Amino acid sequence: MIRDHLPVLLVVVPLLAAILTPLVAAAAPRAVRGLTAGTAVATALLALAGAARVLEAGTQRYHVGGWAPPWGIELVLDPLGAFVAVVVTGVTACGLVYAAGFDDPRLADRQGATAALLLLVLAGLTGMVVAGDLFNLFVFLEVASLASYAVIAVAGGPALLAAFRYVVLGSLGASLYLLGVAYLYFLTGTLNVADLAERVPGADAPRLVATAAGLMAIGLGIKMGVFPLHGWLPDVYTHAPAPVAALLAPVAGKVAAYALARVLFSVLGAGIVVDRSFLALALAWLGAASILAGGVLALRQTDLRRLLAYSSVSQMGYIVLGLGLADATSLAGAYLHVLNHALMKACLFFVAGAAALRLGGARLADLRTMHRRMPLTTLCLVVAALSMIGVPPAGGFFSKWYLLLGALGQERWALAAVILAGGLLAVAYMFRVLEHACLEPRADEDHHPPAPRGGRWAEAGPAMLAPMLLLSAGIVAAGLGNAWIVSAVLLPGVAVGGR
Amino acid sequence: MPSLLPGAALLPALLAGLLIPWSGRAPNLREAWSLLAAAAQCAVVAALAPAALAGPGLETRLLDLSPGVALALRADALGVVFAALSSGLWLLTTVYSIGYVRSLGEHAQTRYFFCFAVAVGAAVGVALAANLLTFFLFYEILTVATYPLVVHKETPAAVRAGRVYLAYTLGAGGALLAGVAATWVVAGTLEFRPGGVLDPATAPAAVLALGALLVLGVAVKAAVMPLHAWLPLAMIAPTPVSALLHAVAVVKAGVFGVLRVVGYVIGPDALAAVGAGGVLAAAAGATIVLASLAALGQDNLKRLLAFSTVSQLSYIVLGAALATPGTLTGAVQHMVNHGTLKISLFFCAGAIYVATGRERVSELGGIGRRLPVTMGAFAVAALALAGTPPAAGFLSKWYLIGGAIEGGAWPAALVYLSSSLLNLAYFFPIVVAAFFRPPPADADLREPSPLLVAPVAITAGAGVLLGLAPNLPVAFLDLAARAAGDVLGAR
Amino acid sequence: MTGAAAWLAGVGPYWIAILLLALGLYAMIAHGNLMKKLIGLNILQTAVILFFLSASAKWRATLPIVPAAGGAAPPSAYANPLPHALMLTAIVVMVATLGVALALLVRLYRRYGSFEEDVILGRME
Repeated sequence: MIRDHLPVLLVVVPLLAAILTPLVAAAAPRAVRGLTAGTAVATALLALAGAARVLEAGTQRYHVGGWAPPWGIELVLDPLGAFVAVVVTGVTACGLVYAAGFDDPRLADRQGATAALLLLVLAGLTGMVVAGDLFNLFVFLEVASLASYAVIAVAGGPALLAAFRYVVLGSLGASLYLLGVAYLYFLTGTLNVADLAERVPGADAPRLVATAAGLMAIGLGIKMGVFPLHGWLPDVYTHAPAPVAALLAPVAGKVAAYALARVLFSVLGAGIVVDRSFLALALAWLGAASILAGGVLALRQTDLRRLLAYSSVSQMGYIVLGLGLADATSLAGAYLHVLNHALMKACLFFVAGAAALRLGGARLADLRTMHRRMPLTTLCLVVAALSMIGVPPAGGFFSKWYLLLGALGQERWALAAVILAGGLLAVAYMFRVLEHACLEPRADEDHHPPAPRGGRWAEAGPAMLAPMLLLSAGIVAAGLGNAWIVSAVLLPGVAVGGR
Repeated sequence: MPSLLPGAALLPALLAGLLIPWSGRAPNLREAWSLLAAAAQCAVVAALAPAALAGPGLETRLLDLSPGVALALRADALGVVFAALSSGLWLLTTVYSIGYVRSLGEHAQTRYFFCFAVAVGAAVGVALAANLLTFFLFYEILTVATYPLVVHKETPAAVRAGRVYLAYTLGAGGALLAGVAATWVVAGTLEFRPGGVLDPATAPAAVLALGALLVLGVAVKAAVMPLHAWLPLAMIAPTPVSALLHAVAVVKAGVFGVLRVVGYVIGPDALAAVGAGGVLAAAAGATIVLASLAALGQDNLKRLLAFSTVSQLSYIVLGAALATPGTLTGAVQHMVNHGTLKISLFFCAGAIYVATGRERVSELGGIGRRLPVTMGAFAVAALALAGTPPAAGFLSKWYLIGGAIEGGAWPAALVYLSSSLLNLAYFFPIVVAAFFRPPPADADLREPSPLLVAPVAITAGAGVLLGLAPNLPVAFLDLAARAAGDVLGAR
Repeated sequence: MTGAAAWLAGVGPYWIAILLLALGLYAMIAHGNLMKKLIGLNILQTAVILFFLSASAKWRATLPIVPAAGGAAPPSAYANPLPHALMLTAIVVMVATLGVALALLVRLYRRYGSFEEDVILGRME
């Protein structure tokens, strides 16, 4: 019976838990962390079940309240959506387990609020994945966004201004998206994705459709944090509390990217984004600009979280580039990068949070002696860094591999060069981090570095370590198993295209 | 022929990599893992040789790395040669390393031995890779695993050298990746096939682009000028690291890559058809001469040996570019001969440093009187490398020069001959000064620990033996000839 | 119909909506005062809603309710409820955004004592 309702349960479970959390927090404060983490794990299991169902039985369509589309609200879980849902819920579950173990005094008295808001974000994100019509997509987008604006600012300080900037820019993005939806609605009279896919080609209004697509792309682009719409991103991920940043950074932008992909490829049809159409070119080159700009800006950072934020801008560029190249291999690479980047970025933010907690700060200079005092955390850092750089068999290499194959297959040498240049930039900024964390420079060969202040063993607690190690293992597993993921899930999903 | 044996060749290094960090607090146990793993790896690789001589070699296919391309290992003739070289020298270097790090009380020993194990495992992976993607995977792991060894001393100079090392090798890795991806797009397959995988109808521009990218990707590790600058800088690492990795594993992976690219991906015919063979040969020839000249002016012994390595590696690259039966056989054989002899010279340099603290050629006057075994081995190895019969260096040069003449490449033969003379020019003064100058005043200079001296003597002796009996302990010469025959016979 | 009325009944509202959108955008970008930025955001969001509503306005249409006793009018007599319902939702979203933003501003003011962005940045150091 649960199997029939999987698409809606993905949204309802975290939503209900979010509503219950403040009550639980008032009655039994100690249970809040467990409740939150448990809900996230349950949602992740639901997503896995949904994915299994989709793989065996095809796209799942759920009619809310029994009303048939296009008049009723439809929730759709197709192969790619199921894939994204598994990634998002899985990484969020790790993030909430990590948050449960993160004892930051700043957050101590706001646990209930933080937990409720994080669950709302999860509900919003899963809602975006399963939404079957464009307006519900907007609603869930705003649910997730509003909850994230609030949860970023929960601890006060510089995060307040960062959150305000995010509110302004994010709402601008949502409004532009809504305007695009307006254009499409008044052209065809429907909001349902499948219905639109049939009506848009026949409506024969290419400039209108292109404008709508552009508006939605810019709107979602702001949410994704692509260059040059990324202005809100660095401050938010630098100043937000560590578990919050660790949870939002890997997944929020990805769901927006998935939404954009669905809009472009399912709704507007393959005709709009293929073969160097203006939109495809714009996406590809914006992605390329993002890769380079994010990488270059990351090079000069001295704060680890700011560096990771700019790195996220760069890595999101790969996904957008894959969307812009718009052939099967490139799209598979883009979706694979959704998985890989979520895993690596989550792991890196977890490490940054643990380091800040135990070593006293998150600046690169604070990371000295990390390899001695936090060896397991350093191991996770190294695995995630190697994945970012693109060393096989870690996952990050393979998404670049497919993107490169796509670019070379279309004979777009400049874009292929950008993909490789992005890899070199990642080498430069990640190795700076590794140098600070793993090496202790000495003046000459016989001089031994001073003993670390504050005692020796400072490893992160088990609730923080377990998700980190799990993600590191996941990074390697995603690399070794990528051929299965691509051939069994992504390529068939991309071929299906429309819903 | 499918088999588990090639995959088993990776297991010793993998297990050592897992067990070494675990035994960090028990140094003897930790070192035992390295020794056992090295011995086991030698045994497995030796077991692979007969099948490689008789036919295409044993193959292990593991999971798919990308749809249509598997993580696959094939122990063919060329691969077995490189794998056997790495494994055998790993065993000797581990013994030497134990003596070296313990005599000097080096820090971070667990990290050192761990990275060694991973690096040698990666080298065997490179050797036995059956397709370009597997090759690339292990090639990059090799780069990453050797970085902590290069920056081992963690002084600012070492960290800078490490950055240059990464910039060159990971930059080249990018070019290599582009080449691998382009090969898939152009040729539809990444498998290594003797004689090349390219369709004869492929457009010359595509062949040229592929060739340039792939060769550029491997040429950095092969230290072809002007991409060689990282090698002398990397000499800042402890001597056993310089010995195995930069005289054997890393740089040999580079020239091995050149042989694979020229012989098994592009094919010598396609290379010649687009005229790229000549460009490669010219670059290699220039490297041979210029590096030898640079070695003449070096006072730091390890840097001198580094430039000598740069020069000797291009013997192999030139042999690959010329692609006649003689030069290919000689090139493969020279991988083994140079590796053994150069490691002997590096071992000597390290032993001298441990015993006397001296690193400069100018300080080595009369050292031979105090350290007779070490310097004696140095003299033997140096003469052998310069091509004195009947030692190993002579045999590979015989094949290379003979092959060059038979292919009509007279300038190449001349380059080989003149380089031998230059070798003598930079080695001879060291030997003469060591034995015929008055001994140094400090009375307590004597031979260092037997753990250091024994590998020195063994490798120098092996260098001579390989010239007299080139098919011991593994059938190196026969395998080399087999590889050459495979590549050229597929026409 | 006179020219102005015809314009207002035709494309006029859309031009007004675009004008408001540009106004809101300008306010968001040009002002350093956070409250003014927020007002600009509000104007922009209102403009989008106005655009939507203008397109769904119907001259002389009635509520879309079919009397139980029968006698349904032709479909063209009814107003389409969907866009209006959507815009109600959008207004609610707008208000929620406003609420969150104002809460942030209250806390910012309490912490830093100003609404000016550069003053706040200066006091953050």
